[in-house]
Parts: sequence; structure tokens; C-alpha cells
Amino acid sequence: MIAYLVRRILYAIPILIGVNLLTFALFFVVNTPDDMARMQLGIKRVTPEAIDRWKQQRGYDKPLFLNTGTGSAGTFTDTIFWQKSASMFVFDFGYSDDGRSISREIATRMGPSLAIALPTFLIGLVVYVSFALLMTLFRATALDLAGVALCVLLMSISGLFYIIGGQFLVSKLWHLVPISGYAGGADSLKFVVLPILIGVVGGIGSSSRWYRTIFLDEIGKDYVRTARAKGLSELRVLFTHVLKNALIPILTGVVVVIPLLFMGSLLTESFFGIPGLGSYTIDAINAQDFSVVRAMVFLGSVLYIAGLILTDVSYTVVDPRVRLR
Amino acid sequence: MNFLPVILWSDALVFLLLAVIVAVAVHVRERPHLRLPWQRVARSSVAMVSMLVLSCFLVIGLLDTLHYRVALPQTDAGEKVYSPEVLSVFDKLVEPLRAHTEKTYSAPFALHLYAKESLEDAQSHVVRDYPRLRYGGAHLADVSQRTADVAKRAAAGTFAGALVGLLLAWSLRRHLKQRAVQVTLVALAALCGALVNLATVYHVLGTDKVGQDVLYLSLKSIRTGLVIGTLTTLVTLPLALFLGVAAGYFRGWVDDVIQYVYTVLSSIPSVLLIAAAVLIMQVTIDTHPEWFETSAARADLRLVALCLILGLTSWTGLCRLLRGETLKLREMEYIQAAQAFGVSSMRILSRHIMPNVMHIILIALVMDFSALVLAEAVLSYVGVGVDPSMISFGTMINAARLEMGREPVVWWALASAFVFMLVLVLAANLFADAVRDAFDPRMNRTEGAA
Repeated sequence: MIAYLVRRILYAIPILIGVNLLTFALFFVVNTPDDMARMQLGIKRVTPEAIDRWKQQRGYDKPLFLNTGTGSAGTFTDTIFWQKSASMFVFDFGYSDDGRSISREIATRMGPSLAIALPTFLIGLVVYVSFALLMTLFRATALDLAGVALCVLLMSISGLFYIIGGQFLVSKLWHLVPISGYAGGADSLKFVVLPILIGVVGGIGSSSRWYRTIFLDEIGKDYVRTARAKGLSELRVLFTHVLKNALIPILTGVVVVIPLLFMGSLLTESFFGIPGLGSYTIDAINAQDFSVVRAMVFLGSVLYIAGLILTDVSYTVVDPRVRLR
Repeated sequence: MNFLPVILWSDALVFLLLAVIVAVAVHVRERPHLRLPWQRVARSSVAMVSMLVLSCFLVIGLLDTLHYRVALPQTDAGEKVYSPEVLSVFDKLVEPLRAHTEKTYSAPFALHLYAKESLEDAQSHVVRDYPRLRYGGAHLADVSQRTADVAKRAAAGTFAGALVGLLLAWSLRRHLKQRAVQVTLVALAALCGALVNLATVYHVLGTDKVGQDVLYLSLKSIRTGLVIGTLTTLVTLPLALFLGVAAGYFRGWVDDVIQYVYTVLSSIPSVLLIAAAVLIMQVTIDTHPEWFETSAARADLRLVALCLILGLTSWTGLCRLLRGETLKLREMEYIQAAQAFGVSSMRILSRHIMPNVMHIILIALVMDFSALVLAEAVLSYVGVGVDPSMISFGTMINAARLEMGREPVVWWALASAFVFMLVLVLAANLFADAVRDAFDPRMNRTEGAA
């Protein structure tokens, strides 16, 4: 298993290099730093000196790949690619446009992001699986049909509606929790309840329907017939046999997102004013702070690849037949 | 000619897509084995009802795709000068909706503006009151007549619409056999009739901050949603099809390279990748203002670029599916037989493999459509969606979301955008489900055995 993990991690390196090159090409080759400077300083009435100053402040005044002007070592290192892009491999993200260290921002903002994302994920998983099991239990009845219809309806509603509607109803009309904001410690509870609730409700439609298909796939298999033939109750068959065997397809979709929980949710965080990574990203997009967006893209793909590896490991936990070599 | 037809980029692509769809339809029509699954779709009344609703959206979207510019009265040294405003045939049809702009917010069916203004009364005293709307219910002399007038117009419109609907349902009775479809047709026609009769004199869904009719905005948003949902497939489809099939069939280094490319692309969280690409596209568009003749052309190019970006970031899932299916297919006896006969790879791919993965493509495309319509709203909120000047569900929601904090609440713009979106996406989802059921070979069917 260790050998397998090492191989998987080594295999991730070329992928990350690809991501790195792609973002570098997007941000520095498609548009030159001059274009970015003009964009930031305003299109019209911008002097070449202002552009040069802007580039110098951010370290964008160097050549892209090769710097022939400096000594032997500086040929590669004293370039935009080396300083802005390759440095991300050691998680050195540099500074945002307002001069703060991006790495530090990420470290402090992960907490609030997790405070919303982790409970949403866990509660959501339990709710969706239970709802799907319920529909499976009553399969091919009017109850199942109503459940599926409800799912289709819920998944046709825009995620923005859940947030805006929930804020309006719970915070503005009923005054149960504050509309937005965040506080550390125990105070955070009243701020995180609504985002978590909305996050769970918003996902019911698509997730429950997806789990229902998985369960229905399982329920047609031979081992289920055997279990029924042994005289087990339908509930028992569902919970002990079907649920366990359905874990593999469920894990495939679920484990991958666990590391990404650190990134938080873009919409929820910005609507509720949670100082997490999601709202950080949105703010950066709106302020066109390219270095933050670049850092987030890289961080996101690192976490995604971590999720893929985690998925493989999780198979060995739930399925003794799987051996990673 | 006092107008100049304008073909924007998205218009041209929509027409291209339409031509492809018509060609495919003709191709399918002639072949019974391809027609069979579509006949299954046609037998499902849920599918047909949602198809009917979708086609209403489609007609509006297509009418809104025929653009033109009106000639201005003055000429420039003998040459005609055209208005910089790009209009569509749909704009012309709903002229009253577009032209009837108030000063600011007004509630649905309101006669008065949302905000108080200083008015002069008969004795030329200045009083603070809600002024009457310029257009909404302007034909009423007395405010108290409103309820009766609305009811009368709604009833008349519903009656006329239902009559037309019944006539239509009767004349199409051979094609639309299901009762549910006929009922939907009549109901839709009645709704249209009532809307037409009311919308000419009232703001049925109110007006927004700058006084534009919300019904007009909602109807205009349909095209944007449809364009994003469909044009994206023009990018996704060829990429996923060729790369996926090639990776699965040739294996070896081709497979390695293609797998590497889609793993890299799919390992970046899609919203971030889209955001990054859109930011860059924005810089390019903003630094080249000389490319665009009108602001509509700029907004339109941004829309096309957004479709391109969405397509470039979302083909990986379908590609992976197609690769897997091709890996399975290439071991089938009929492929091996073809290889043994010395049939060229190109011919095997085009004659034996591609037709057998078409159902996967079709299912993926119809399932993606609703996701893309929903994604547009989210992206516009994030600030990486369509141009702010382009009317879309996303820009409507974005403009309206702060209005929930007002007193009294301005709910109508937001509600309209959500309801229109819900109907569109729900119809698309239901139709997609029916298509999947009809095309998925894993489904158990009795008719196949017969």
C-alpha cells in the first residue's frame, strides 16, 4: 500500500506541472503583464511609466521564461515563471494586490470555511442517504414517485434561490439568526446554522436521486435475493446488505470532495459574509486580483488530487477485496 | 430598406446548430432503428408536455436571435446611418413591453410608482405622494376600477387564448395524442392570451430599478439561457467525441496523452478554471475596444467566449465516458471482424464505433443543458458570467438580490427570474430523463423482444 501511495503521489507531479503551466499560460501568455496593468489602472489615459511602476511593484517586470541579462543562475530563476508560478510547488503563493501574504490568508481563512463546509457535508450525507434509502424501501409505489418528483423539482431550483429565499425567510421575516456575519468560538453557532441548513437543503434533490439509483442498481443483484430468501426483513436487507455494498459507488463521488471542503463554498460564504476561502476567492475575482486566483486554482487542484488518492485508500477500508499494490 | 440585418456571432452559431439538428432529424427520420427510441420518447406524456413547454421557450429564443438595426432618419453624406442599438424580431413583437419604461420600481399590476415624489396638485401645492405610472394602467381614469379591469382583461384573454389552443389541439390531434399534452397546449395558449391582453396596458410582473418591464427582461433572458445551454455543446461535443473515441480505440501513447490532458483539466475545480479563463477573456475584450461596432456585439462576443470556456472546461467527463465505452466496444466481435477484413481505422471509427456511442452523447448533452442554465446564474453572480449589459437570469438575480432588504420588499424581479428559470430547467430535466430512459440500453423493455 505504501508503494502504491508513493507511486500515486509521484504520478500527481506531472499533473500539477500541467496545471501550473496551464495557469501560467492563461495568466501571463494570453495577456501580457502590460495588458493586466492597463486593465488595473484603467484603459484610457495611462502612461507607460505608470504601467512600468505597476509591473515593478508586483515583480511582473521580468522576462517570462529566460532571463539572459543576469548571471548563470538567474537565467531561470529571475523570471516571472520561476518566481510566480514554479514557487507554488512549495506553497509559496506570494502576495495579493493589497500586499498581504496569500499563504497566511489561506491559513487563517480555512477555519471558517471548514466550520460551514464540514457540517454541511456530514449532515448532508446522512440526510441524502436516509432519504434515498426511504425511497428505495418504498420503490415503485406512489411514495417513491412523489419522492423522485420532489427531487427533480428541488434540483431544478437555482442554488441562489435557496440562499436568498432562506436568508429572507429565516433571518428577515422570522429573525431567528443574523442575516450574515461570523464570529469565532461558540458565538459562531448562530452564524453557521443557516448556511449549513441551506447547504443541506440545496443538495437534497440531485444527491438523493443519485443515491437512489445506486441503491436500485444494487437491489436487483443476486445477493439481495439470497438475503431475502433467508427470510431477512426488507429493512435488514436494505441497511446491512444493500447499504454496505452500495458504499463503493457512493465513496467514489463522496471522498473526492473531502479535501476540497477546505476551499469552502463560493456562494454561501459570500452571501453570509463568512471570512473563508470561498469569499476570499470571490473577492479576488471581483477585484481581478490575479495572484490570488492563481493560488486558488493551484490549491484546488492539489486538494482534488489528494481527494482522488484518498478515494482509492477508502476502497480498501470498505471492500476487503481491494488491495492496492 | 430601412433596417440592416445583423448576424452576431452567437446568432450564426445558433443557426449552425439548428442546421445540424435539422440534418440529424432528417437522417433519423429515414431510419427505423434510429427512430425507435424517439418514438419511445414521444409516447411518454411527461416528455411531450415538457417538450411543449421547451418549444415555447425555443420559439422565443429563436425569434430573439434574428437581429437587425434600424436606419436613423438622418444620412451621412448620402449613406444610411443605422442606430447603434441592435434589436431583434422578438423586440419588435413585444414593442409595448420594451418601450413602456417607468421611472423606477413598480409592483406587479401597480398603478403607482414604488417611490414617493414631489407632485403638484390641482391647487399647485407641492405634496409628497406616489405618482401614477406613465404606462401601467394609464388608460384607467379611476384607480378603483383596476381590479375589475384586470379581471375583465384576464378573462377575455384567457378565453381567446383557450379558443386558439383548442383549435390548435384539434388540428394537431393526430400528432399530439396524449390528453395531458392537449391540456397543456390549451393551458399554455390561455396563459399567453391572458398575458398578451394584460401586458399591453399593465406591468404584469412589475418594473425593475430603472423602470424596465420585468416580464420583458424575463422573456429576453430566455435566449441567453438557451444559448449557453446549447452552444456550449458545439465545443464539448467534437472535443469529447474525437478525443474520447481516439483514446479508447488507439490506446498506447495516444491514450496516455489524452488522459493526461483531461486529468489536468478536470483536476482544477471547474468554477475556478472558468473564473480564471473568463477574467483573462475580459482583459482581452477590454483592451481591444476597436473590435466591436456596437455594445451588443461586445456583449455577444463575451457570451460566445463564455460558451467556449464552459465547453473547454466541461468536455472531460463525457470524454472519459466515451473512452470507457470505446474500450469495451473495440473488443466486440463485429469490430474484430472488421479489423480482420482489413477495414481502415477511420472507417471502423466512423461506421462501427461512433454510431454505437451516440446514445451516451445524446444523454450527456440533454442532461448538461439544465446544469448549464443554472450555472449561468451562479457565474453571473460570481462576476464571471455574461456581460452586465446582457439581459440574463443571472444579471437579473444579481441586480435584484439586494432589493430583498428594502422596505417594502421588492420581490417581483427576483421571483420572476427564479420562476422562469425553474420552468425552463424543470422542463429540460423532465425531458432529459425521458430521453435517457428511452435511449439507455440497460433499461428493460418488452418491446425489444417482440
